[in-house]
Amino acid sequence: MSMQRRTFLKVAGATGVAAAAGQAGADFGDPAGAGENAVLVDTTLCVGCRGCEAACAEANALPEPPSGDAVLGSLRKTGVSSFTVVNRFEGPGEPRFAKRQCMHCVEPACASACPVRALDKKPNGPVAYHKERCMGCRYCLVACPFEVPKYEYAKAIPTVRKCTFCAARQAEGKAPACTSACPSGALTFGKRGELVLEAKRRVYAQGSKYVPHVYGEHEAGGTNWLYISDVDFSRLDMKVTVADASYPQLVKGALGVPPFVMTLWPPLLMGIYAFSHRRQQVAKHEGRETP
Amino acid sequence: MMRADANGGWFQEKILLGLTPRDYLRTLLTPMNGVAFFICAIGVPLLLYRFYAGLGATTNLTQSQPWGVWIGFDMMTGIALAAGGFTIGAAVEIFGLKEFHPIERPAILTGFLGYIMAVIGLIADLGKPWNMVQIFAQNGTRSVLFEVAWCVVCYTCVLSLEFAVPFFEWLGVKRIYQPLRKALLALTVLSVMFSSMHQSALGSLFIIAPGKLHPLWWSPWIFAFFFMTAIIAGISMVIVESTISHKVFAHQLEGQHHDADALTLGLGKAGAVVLFAYFFLKLQGVIDAHAWGYIGQGFLGVWWLVEMLGFVLLPSMLFAWGARNRRVGAVRVAGAIAVLGIILNRVNVSMVAWDWQNPDHYVPSWIELWVSLTLVTLGVLAFRWIVNRMPVLREPADLAAGHH
Ligand code: SF4
Repeated sequence: MSMQRRTFLKVAGATGVAAAAGQAGADFGDPAGAGENAVLVDTTLCVGCRGCEAACAEANALPEPPSGDAVLGSLRKTGVSSFTVVNRFEGPGEPRFAKRQCMHCVEPACASACPVRALDKKPNGPVAYHKERCMGCRYCLVACPFEVPKYEYAKAIPTVRKCTFCAARQAEGKAPACTSACPSGALTFGKRGELVLEAKRRVYAQGSKYVPHVYGEHEAGGTNWLYISDVDFSRLDMKVTVADASYPQLVKGALGVPPFVMTLWPPLLMGIYAFSHRRQQVAKHEGRETP
Repeated sequence: MMRADANGGWFQEKILLGLTPRDYLRTLLTPMNGVAFFICAIGVPLLLYRFYAGLGATTNLTQSQPWGVWIGFDMMTGIALAAGGFTIGAAVEIFGLKEFHPIERPAILTGFLGYIMAVIGLIADLGKPWNMVQIFAQNGTRSVLFEVAWCVVCYTCVLSLEFAVPFFEWLGVKRIYQPLRKALLALTVLSVMFSSMHQSALGSLFIIAPGKLHPLWWSPWIFAFFFMTAIIAGISMVIVESTISHKVFAHQLEGQHHDADALTLGLGKAGAVVLFAYFFLKLQGVIDAHAWGYIGQGFLGVWWLVEMLGFVLLPSMLFAWGARNRRVGAVRVAGAIAVLGIILNRVNVSMVAWDWQNPDHYVPSWIELWVSLTLVTLGVLAFRWIVNRMPVLREPADLAAGHH
C-alpha cells in the first residue's frame, strides 16, 4: 500500500522533473550540457585574493600556494601541484584578475583523445581522471586546446594532473571548494543552462561595462566554466584562437574511415588478386611470361 | 633430432654459421661492430635508467611538447619506414608483380623490425607502459590513438606470422612454415588493411590539435598525406635497402639471377608518380586550409619550402629522370633523398612545427637521442643477424633445389 504510494510519488516526481527540464530547455534555447554543473566567472568582480587557490589546494591535498602578492607579478600557468591560479593583468584603470583551471568542456577533447578512457566526462559536468587506467601516453596534453592537463614528468610513476571540479564534493551535493571560498561573488556555481543566461543577462543589462561575449558559451563546443569580462579576453590570456566547434567532432571523419577499410579492402584486394592471377595463368597458357 | 645431425651440433650450425665459437667471435671483431657495441653499451643502460629515474630526468619533454623523439622519430618515422613490408607484399602477392618477389622478404623483415623498435620506443615513452593492457579493457573508440594502438597490435601479429615463414624454414620445421606459406596471400591482405589504417591514423592523431601544429602542416586531410608518404617511404626504403643489401650481403645473392637494376628502375617509376601526386595534394591542402600566406614566412615557412621542394619535388623529378633514362644511380640517390624526406616530414609534424608559437622550443636531450640511436643500431644488428642465417635474401633451401 504505502509502497504503491511511494512508487506513484516517484513516477510523478520524475515526470515533473522531466517536464521542468523540457520547459527549461525551451526557455534557454537549449545550450549544450544545459543540465550540467557549471561555474560563471565574472572577472569584473574578482579582487585577486587567491582564496580559491588556497581552498583548491586544501581540497585536493596539494602543497599550499605561495602567500603574498608577489606571485601576481608574473603570468602563471596551472601545474601538477596547482590546479588553479589567479593572474593579474594591468589596466587600463584598475588591474583585472582572472582565475584559470580546467574548463570542463561539454565535449572534452582530452576525454575523446584518451584511448583507455582514463579521462572521462561525468554526466553532471566534471571531466574526471582515473589514474589506475592511465598509461601515460600524454595524448590528452596534445589534444587539450586550453593546455590544461599537466604531466608529472618528475615522477618515476607519473600521472596526469588537472582540476577535478571537485567531483567528489559534487557527488556529496556540495559546491566545488573554490566557488565556496570565493568572498567577492566572482564565482557562481550552478547549472550551465542557467549560467549562460545569467551571463548574458549581466552583459546586456550593463552593456557599456562588459565585452559582449560569454567566453565558453561556444568555445570548443561549449565549456562548463564560463567567463565574462570588461576587457578583451585576449588581454586576460584567455585562448581566443580556440575554435567554436567541438574538438572531438574534428576527428569524426577520420575515425569513420576504418570500418570502410575493413569492409571494402579485403574484397577489393582479393578482386585485384583474382584478376592479376588470371592474367598470369592466361599468359602462361599462351606460353609467354608476363613482363 | 635437430641436435643430432651435424657433428658440430645444432648450435654451431645454426647460430655460429658453422664456425667454432672461437672463429665466430673472431669474425665479430670488426670496426663497425665496435661502433655498434659502443652505442649499445651506453644506450641500453640509459634505457633502463629512464624507467628508474623517470621521464623528467632523461628527456626534455615539457607540458606543451608532450611527444619528443621517442614518439616523433622512433614511432612516427619507424612505422613509416616499415611501410615497405606491405607495399612490396601487395605488389607481389596481390598485384602479381612477380619481378619484385626477390625483395619481398627483406621488405617484410624491415617492417617487422621497424615495428618492434617502434614498440620499444613507445614503451620507453609511456609513463605507465603496463597499463597498455587497458586498451583491451576500455572502449576508447572516440580516440584516434585507440585505433593506432589496435593497429600496432594487429599488424605486429601479422608481421610476426609473415616473418615466421623464413624463421621456421631456418629451423626446418616444415609443419609450421608450409601452412604459413600458403596463408601468405591472406596475411598480405590483412597487412594492407592494418597498415593503411595505421599509417593514416598516425596522421589523424594531429587533427585534434589545429592550433598547435603549424598551419602548413596541419590539415584535416593529414591522414591522406601520411598514407601517401608511407607508400613513398615503402618504395624508397626498398630501393635503399636493396642497394645496401646487394653491397653488404653480396655472397648471399650468389647464383641468383634476378636483375636488381630493372627492379630499381621499376620502383623508381612508381616513386616518381606517388611523390608527384603527393606534392600536388599537399599544395591543395595548403590552399584548402587558407595557409598560403604562411609559405616563406619566418623560419617554418622557409623550412616547409625546403621539405616540399628539396625532399618531395626534387626526388620525384630525379626518380622520373632516372627511370626514363635508365640511370639506376639516379634512382638510388632519389630513393635516399625520399627516405630522408619522410623522416624530415615526421620530425617536422611531431616536433619542429609542433607548438610552433612557443618561443622556448623543445630540443631533445642527449639521452633521448642516444636511446633512439641505440634502437636503430639494434634494428640493423638484428637485420644482419637474421639475414646471415635465415632465408631472407637467398631462396629457402627446398625451393631453390626444385626450381628453375
Ligand atoms: S596520458 Fe593517460 S589520461 Fe592522458 S590520454 Fe594518455 S592514457 Fe589517457
